[in-house]
Amino acid sequence: MKTRYFVPASIVVLILGAVAPRIVGNGYVFYAGFIALQYVVIATAWNILGGYAGFVNFGSGAFVGVGVYAAVFLFNALHAPLWGQILGAACVGGLLGLGMGYLTLRIQGVYFSIGTLALTTVVSTVIVNWSFVGAARGATVMAPHPKIWFPDVVSYVFFAMLTMAVLSVAIARWIERSWIGRGLAAIRADGSAAECAGVPTLKLKLLAATISGALLATAGAPYPYYASYVEPDAAFSINYALNALAMPLIGGTRNWTGPVIGALLLSGVEQAATVTIPSEINLLIVGLVLIGFVALAPDGLLGLASQAIAWGRRR
Amino acid sequence: MSETILAVRDLSKRFGPLFAVNDVTLEVARGEKLGIIGPNGSGKTTLINCITGVLRPDRGAVVFDGKDVSSWPAYRRARLGMARSFQIPRPFVGITVLENVRVPLDYVHRPHDAAVRARELLSLVGLEGRADHPAEALTHLELRKLELARALAAEPRLLIADEVMAGLAQSEIDEVLETLFVLNNQGVTVVMIEHIMHAIMRFSRRLICMETGRIIADGAPQDVGKDPEVRRVYFGK
Repeated sequence: MKTRYFVPASIVVLILGAVAPRIVGNGYVFYAGFIALQYVVIATAWNILGGYAGFVNFGSGAFVGVGVYAAVFLFNALHAPLWGQILGAACVGGLLGLGMGYLTLRIQGVYFSIGTLALTTVVSTVIVNWSFVGAARGATVMAPHPKIWFPDVVSYVFFAMLTMAVLSVAIARWIERSWIGRGLAAIRADGSAAECAGVPTLKLKLLAATISGALLATAGAPYPYYASYVEPDAAFSINYALNALAMPLIGGTRNWTGPVIGALLLSGVEQAATVTIPSEINLLIVGLVLIGFVALAPDGLLGLASQAIAWGRRR
Repeated sequence: MSETILAVRDLSKRFGPLFAVNDVTLEVARGEKLGIIGPNGSGKTTLINCITGVLRPDRGAVVFDGKDVSSWPAYRRARLGMARSFQIPRPFVGITVLENVRVPLDYVHRPHDAAVRARELLSLVGLEGRADHPAEALTHLELRKLELARALAAEPRLLIADEVMAGLAQSEIDEVLETLFVLNNQGVTVVMIEHIMHAIMRFSRRLICMETGRIIADGAPQDVGKDPEVRRVYFGK
């Protein structure tokens, strides 16, 4: 999508998201929409490190959970407003990404992934033992009624998540098209050849890990307001880690539209499925679909689409 | 012109018990055309990897342009003016041929007309028709050309060409040699590793022969070519 279409389209989406709560009476739309948009943020954020740079992060749950608990902490300690909670979560998530990157990005491929898997356990253990944010009992967060415009809390956090989704897609799109994106693609293809072409690979990987971590955390930050009650098991759920990598892989990792498509698809299917089947089976289905894509369509739906177009041209 | 651009001092690199490079000392003058020959496994590429920072040597120093770059990461050496091609092409798959050439342009010099420069470089090596194809769509020969274009994009002061001509047709070898001669005339120091003897004899003004990690001959190409030790290890006579 060209920039002269992308920018107006983003603005239109934001305006629609702001106006909708005054028009659409059905609260379920915003309940479900919040999750879909949260998935868009998570998939897009994951893809910056996992897709563009090729470092598969299994620790997305840690980042989302840190975002959730940064918000809880800021609410409990300072009664910070929602935007303050999101900003705080972004800072903590970015720092966590930087730290994780510094410790693990020198190691290659699968070792990196295993390192990130351990991160979720480490971080959730800290939270489980920290009583100020509720420890294992969980924390109740009674969100104040929005002061302006929005009729209720759910539509307010829906709009906040919509803003984050638009923002993270814009960031991912910018990275993809800039020198940063080309540098990350070079790293993904061949780290030492990238170095020889002048790419400071470690710095660039750390940058990608920081941005990715910050955005993942912002996906968690509005959750306490949304759910009013959070507990470590939900905040650090393995679902986040699995979905975060499933969505870009299903949609396609090479450009920003892939994770968005994957996120909307997966959240749509999940919404339909949760009504009819238990969540464990839901997880199983996501896992199977993921394996199918990795084995049969490693470039995701977008890859399949471009193959189909190429095939059509040849005939 | 006799000023030294690259000095390698007492450099050793071992892999387990094997000395891939064993106590090599070498000076390259600014503007020189240096050829390196040697049988497979004689340590040529390992030496290049140590010079460019891809590998860390166990001992020894690399001085480039008067600076001791021994502890520098590869990207800083590249930014100081060292560029190389890889013996086995290592394209940046997943992005286009044009974007491949943009990477060194973006990260080494950042010219304001990078997009134009990238296309010029591609037509220099004859890949202009492939600019918008993904790198993985190229043939092996085209990948070699891309290696060269990417190395040239960094506008190096020292260009290390590791078998850029292997597998090329005679007319293409002539083109590559012509490109290298032109660059050298502009002041670029060229180090060429090559198995194609007539090409390296034509190009270099000084020739080094390596064997089991050591330099066994160093001098004018004709003299090195006649050296009995070189003939024994390299030509099998």
